[in-house]
Amino acid sequence: MDWQALYVSLKLATVTSLSLFPIGMALAYWLNRTQFKGRYFVEALLTLPLVLPPTVLGYFLLVSMDSQHVLGGFFAQLTGQQLAFSFTGLWLASIIYSLPFAVQPILRAMEQVPDNLREAAWCSGISRWKTFLRIEMPLIWPGIMTAWILSFCHTLGEFGVVLMIGGNIAGETRTLSIAIYDSVIAFEHQQATVMSLILLGISVVTVTLVYSLNRLKYRVVR
Amino acid sequence: MKRLSVDIRLQTPTQLDVQLTCEPGQMLALVGPSGSGKSTTLRCIAGLLKPHDGVIESGGHRWFDSHQTLSLSPQKRRVGIVFQDYALFPHLTVAGNIALALQADQDSSAQVDTLLEQVHLSGLASRYPAQLSGGQQQRVALARALARRPDVLLLDEPFSAVDRVTRRKLYLELHALRRQLSMPVILVTHDLDEAAMLADQMCVIHQGKTLQQGAIDEVLQRPKNLSVASQVDVRNLFEGELVQAGNSFKLRWHEHLFEVAQPSLSGNEWTEGEVHWLIAPAKILLHQQRRPSRGDQENAVNAVVEQIITLRGIATLLATVEGGHGQQLQLDVPEHVLQRNKITIGQKIGMSLLAQAIHIMPRSAKKEAGNHDKSGLA
Repeated sequence: MDWQALYVSLKLATVTSLSLFPIGMALAYWLNRTQFKGRYFVEALLTLPLVLPPTVLGYFLLVSMDSQHVLGGFFAQLTGQQLAFSFTGLWLASIIYSLPFAVQPILRAMEQVPDNLREAAWCSGISRWKTFLRIEMPLIWPGIMTAWILSFCHTLGEFGVVLMIGGNIAGETRTLSIAIYDSVIAFEHQQATVMSLILLGISVVTVTLVYSLNRLKYRVVR
Repeated sequence: MKRLSVDIRLQTPTQLDVQLTCEPGQMLALVGPSGSGKSTTLRCIAGLLKPHDGVIESGGHRWFDSHQTLSLSPQKRRVGIVFQDYALFPHLTVAGNIALALQADQDSSAQVDTLLEQVHLSGLASRYPAQLSGGQQQRVALARALARRPDVLLLDEPFSAVDRVTRRKLYLELHALRRQLSMPVILVTHDLDEAAMLADQMCVIHQGKTLQQGAIDEVLQRPKNLSVASQVDVRNLFEGELVQAGNSFKLRWHEHLFEVAQPSLSGNEWTEGEVHWLIAPAKILLHQQRRPSRGDQENAVNAVVEQIITLRGIATLLATVEGGHGQQLQLDVPEHVLQRNKITIGQKIGMSLLAQAIHIMPRSAKKEAGNHDKSGLA
């Protein structure tokens, strides 16, 4: 059992899902509140990581993280380190990879909140900020939790992208799914079984959580 | 004096050209068909929508003034609004909904109780909106709107989402509650009966334009022009001709020549020519069969009863007028009068179209009434 790989996986999933919270909120809020011509294109772009083969996404990210390219070069200038084959690179890639899982649930939850609730609050003398905190946030909360759990799970199980840009550096970029693959290749089936059961367990718990949260949603009076 | 006065114009999303005033303690019904701009007008008053031009003033305070580029936020205008679907906060209890609208520095629980009592909802403070009936939700919305002690109360079709029985109950409650309210109240509705029952004043709006504001009976029985007449669904609307008779005018209608007593006719604004005229069905005087009186001579016509429709003790007679080229008049008479005079279908009756009851409108207004359909000309 590769405890180090489990630690890397959990660390990656945690920082990725936490950083996706403000990004997902901002993108969903923007998409929900503004009407513009290219909206469908932006939404499609945000969904792309969902349908693109992870190896393809990983390949493009790997190329752009090369120190000869803009992103990689900028990072190298800033920190003096290489972005590819590092935990930071993995983190950035995971944010892009799991973006649809963060944006979609929050956006759907925001769309469920009728405009006139906001307006009713304003007409009751409640400031915009307080309206957001007291009215909108509680109503989209299940969506936020769903987004967090889904992006956590999705990052935990990612394989293709990690393999492409992370490689297989123990303690840095070797995640649990990579370790499982290694075990299978080395005919260490018992190890692979234990680690797979751990990932299965985490997935079952989180998916159950998502469904129980969705049941909690308040019925909006119509 | 917390009088509300509105004089605004808007180009998008819909065209609006609205002038109205509402005195404190008074209820003004803003009446028009759906899509006529009623709700848009309320949104402008509440500050949810910004007009392109004009002034909104409440009790001497400017809420909106396009010349000074002044437009207060909804939070700064003291409005209370009840939305058509109530827009209650679904995650808060009844008390929570109301408490949020109260200013935080006051002791809210006592005030919540007072407000709930006012709308007959005591004991339901801890319920959630989804656990309430439609009528109860409407009362919560009303209490929440009143929590702010608004300078203006806006009601956007508040009865459209409840069933008939509940609606009748809520009418009575609102009628009683109104006596405790000292601010101007604007009631948006497409229901003329609702407006007539609850409000003091009526403002007719059509295609974004306010056509006439006045006391309910004034607007219903003396519409300014044909547009207003078709909006308030007048019956007994006819074409006629105004003819000079000495110092005054008479009204020629087919083979009849009627006395008229409209005060404005004595001014200089009228000339001989074609006009529209109407008479309220309840204002037509039915002659008693057995003993005709002298007063029956005034604008007397004979007619044959074609149809009798009875509703809640009032009988509406449709009668073809002799010498009226086949045109029909509608009369509203109490049912017992019908029985006492033994009026049946096919019977000939006499009646007087009293000079005081005849209302004359200029014919030129016909162009304004774009979608006026012929069937309105009874």
